Amino acid sequence: MTLLQPAQQAGRPSTTRHTLSVLVQDVPGVLARVAGLFSRRGFNIVSLAVGPTEQVGVSRMTVVVDVESLPLEQVVKQLNKLVNVLKIVELDPGAAVQRELLLVKVRADATTRSQVLDVVQLFRAHVVDVAPEALTIETTGEPDKIAALLRMLEPFGVRELVQSGQVALARGSRAMTDRASDRPLRSA
Amino acid sequence: MASADQRTAPRPGPRPAPPAHSQVTVGQARPADPAPTDEHGEPMTGAQSLVRSLEAADVEVVFGIPGGAILPAYDPLLDSPTVRHILVRHEQGAGHAAQGYAQATGRVGVCMATSGPGATNLVTAIADAHMDSIPMVAITGQVSSAAIGTDAFQEADIVGMTMPVTKHNFLVTDPRDIPRTIAEAFHIASTGRPGPVLVDISKDALQARTTFRWPTRLDLPGYRPTTTPHRRQVREAAKMLAAAERPVLYVGGGVLKAHAAAELAELVELSGAPVVTTLMARGALPDSHPSNLGMPGMHGTVAAVTALQKADLLVALGSRFDDRVTGKLSSFAPDARVVHADVDPAEIGKNRVVDVPIVGDAREVLAELVPALRAEHADGSRADLAEWWRQLDQLRRTYPLGYAEAEDGSLAPQRVIARLGEIAGPEAIYVSGVGQHQMWAAQFIGYERPGSWINSGGLGTMGFAVPAAMGAKVGDPDRVVWAVDGDGCFQMTNQELATCALNGIPIKVAVINNSSLGMVRQWQTLFYEGRYSNTDLHTGAAVEMGQRIPDFVKLADAYGCVGLRCERPEDLDATIEAAMAVTDRPVVVDFVVHRDAMVWPMVAAGVSNDEIQYARGVSPEWDRDEETSTEDDTAPTPTGPGVALEDVVGDEEGQR
Repeated sequence: MTLLQPAQQAGRPSTTRHTLSVLVQDVPGVLARVAGLFSRRGFNIVSLAVGPTEQVGVSRMTVVVDVESLPLEQVVKQLNKLVNVLKIVELDPGAAVQRELLLVKVRADATTRSQVLDVVQLFRAHVVDVAPEALTIETTGEPDKIAALLRMLEPFGVRELVQSGQVALARGSRAMTDRASDRPLRSA
Repeated sequence: MASADQRTAPRPGPRPAPPAHSQVTVGQARPADPAPTDEHGEPMTGAQSLVRSLEAADVEVVFGIPGGAILPAYDPLLDSPTVRHILVRHEQGAGHAAQGYAQATGRVGVCMATSGPGATNLVTAIADAHMDSIPMVAITGQVSSAAIGTDAFQEADIVGMTMPVTKHNFLVTDPRDIPRTIAEAFHIASTGRPGPVLVDISKDALQARTTFRWPTRLDLPGYRPTTTPHRRQVREAAKMLAAAERPVLYVGGGVLKAHAAAELAELVELSGAPVVTTLMARGALPDSHPSNLGMPGMHGTVAAVTALQKADLLVALGSRFDDRVTGKLSSFAPDARVVHADVDPAEIGKNRVVDVPIVGDAREVLAELVPALRAEHADGSRADLAEWWRQLDQLRRTYPLGYAEAEDGSLAPQRVIARLGEIAGPEAIYVSGVGQHQMWAAQFIGYERPGSWINSGGLGTMGFAVPAAMGAKVGDPDRVVWAVDGDGCFQMTNQELATCALNGIPIKVAVINNSSLGMVRQWQTLFYEGRYSNTDLHTGAAVEMGQRIPDFVKLADAYGCVGLRCERPEDLDATIEAAMAVTDRPVVVDFVVHRDAMVWPMVAAGVSNDEIQYARGVSPEWDRDEETSTEDDTAPTPTGPGVALEDVVGDEEGQR
């Protein structure tokens, strides 16, 4: 888990994906505030997932952004200015578990079903619905795994699919919400 | 949800007796330290609870207009012993008046409007307050909660609309939330980096029965502004300031917001460093102070702009490296290391990479920086600034602010404004609109104290002056308040003259009437080959229409104000004196001025500050062969081929 430090960030500019975990108060409009901030400041959201946490009244957003590190510092600082934002942590991909959920409906008749099932097994995915002409498959994983599975399924014919935004947790025993009532991350 | 918990659970702890109305004193709002209330709260309507909350927040005046959705709140407002409501003529006027009030008093300005169009008319003022960090609370009525989202009559999602231009905003649909929300709104608006907060209250919440209970503490876990600077960072800043050979203190509006003028003066004396005061910081250090180089930026003084460009250290205090100050960012202050102190961490490093970031309130930062610098000096670290000052003094001598009189004998707008400043003096408050008159007012009036200059800096809102002057006069009624306005700006909001005339708010308005949108016309002269597309306003006398539309003197008369006109230089002083003599009514003076006057110096938009022009086609001869020229004490002469009327400069009247 990396706490954003502007000095470090400014020192090594790079264009990469960053995963931000944002604790917010669960109040009406908070998603609009966060999403609106990203759009008006010109920050690009790759994915955004939001849900409740173990603390009542606190939601956790996982935001994946595609920015250089210097603008990322601005993202964090601007997010911190939102009154409903409690805390922001950038998750280091090497020290965090990152997952997406995929539901995909693939063409599969009597002749191809077993081949599709092979792929499903290979990726340790699950079949959640069967119809004469299709299978619906569920899997979770890192973005690379999801992409690889889709590549394998595409030849059979993908009827439709839906993907969640990425969610992520830092490895280890500490919890981000431990200190949610502490001072939120402040830069500089 | 957190808010739901607060609604249902009674607050723990004892609640002392409610304050009698007489105990509500008029002073700096202290919402974080609210008045105590009783155990169970007092039964009343949501509307009464709102008015009680405003009283508890120490509100002395609200600018607004009633309408359907906010109507319930206006009934108990009639009975409030402490909250004065001033009925304006347009909600934008209410918003700017609240801003002017806030700027003049340092307190939170309050405006109120109904739902839909009432609320949307506030948006410009809210955005303006957001850009200029002005503490303001806007209260709007909303349609009943059951009708929200149905495109009901006069419904507008004002919370959604103002999200990007408020520090925070609230929608209240439960009357029990009213006191807490108002307390939070005032706290957020006035602390940290100040700004506007909007509270939208549904009509059914105002009408419902509830109990009034002023919160004893605020629960804002996501809002904790850092005001105390990091000591090590301050020491580092002091070290750099002591060692810098070409330092500049780059002072912005944050110093005024933090009421840090005294601390700034101390730092200036101790460091001996030159100071530039931005458009939002005019008056933070007296213009008469020898260390004050004046305003930097697009229309800043040559000395101020050059000082920033040549500096080896910028100490930015409550300033934000706005594009109007930096010019082309990549070439701004190329040799300078940067100390940036601001209460908003997001400003630090936003535009310019910073060497020493300091998050903190400007007053606290300065209060720590002064002893830290003194300690550096005691340790023998103190650079000699004599050579730096020799260069800057030469620039000041060679390129003072100046202007030319009009050759045709008409009034020069700069002279009008300069004389106004001299006759009304430094104790007056000057409020401007946006455009040429604003720049001239920033340049040619000497500001000697905080709060003497109020304008729309960041958003650049034409029409700001009249309503903001009204608010300033309400907040500081003993001072002379001059609105320095343009003929374009004045026509946007002059309906508030009615408000002033009816409510005993005797502001004075100087319309610098060049019969055109002057700043746009200046750009058309400079960058569009003099093709004056849609900038002629026909408010002057000598127009082909043969009449002034409108006639500002008649307009003033129609509004119950005194109307005066001045068209010749020889009448200038007598006209200003006549306006000064009117104290029982608003005065409007139509100063019909030379329309081709331009604002100089100028750094064209998007170019480097190095390309500042002292006058049209005249660039200062600095930075050319710096090593030799700094040894050369002979002043370059600001003349050249193609020097037009405006280019003849250095009139002693225009110098400070």
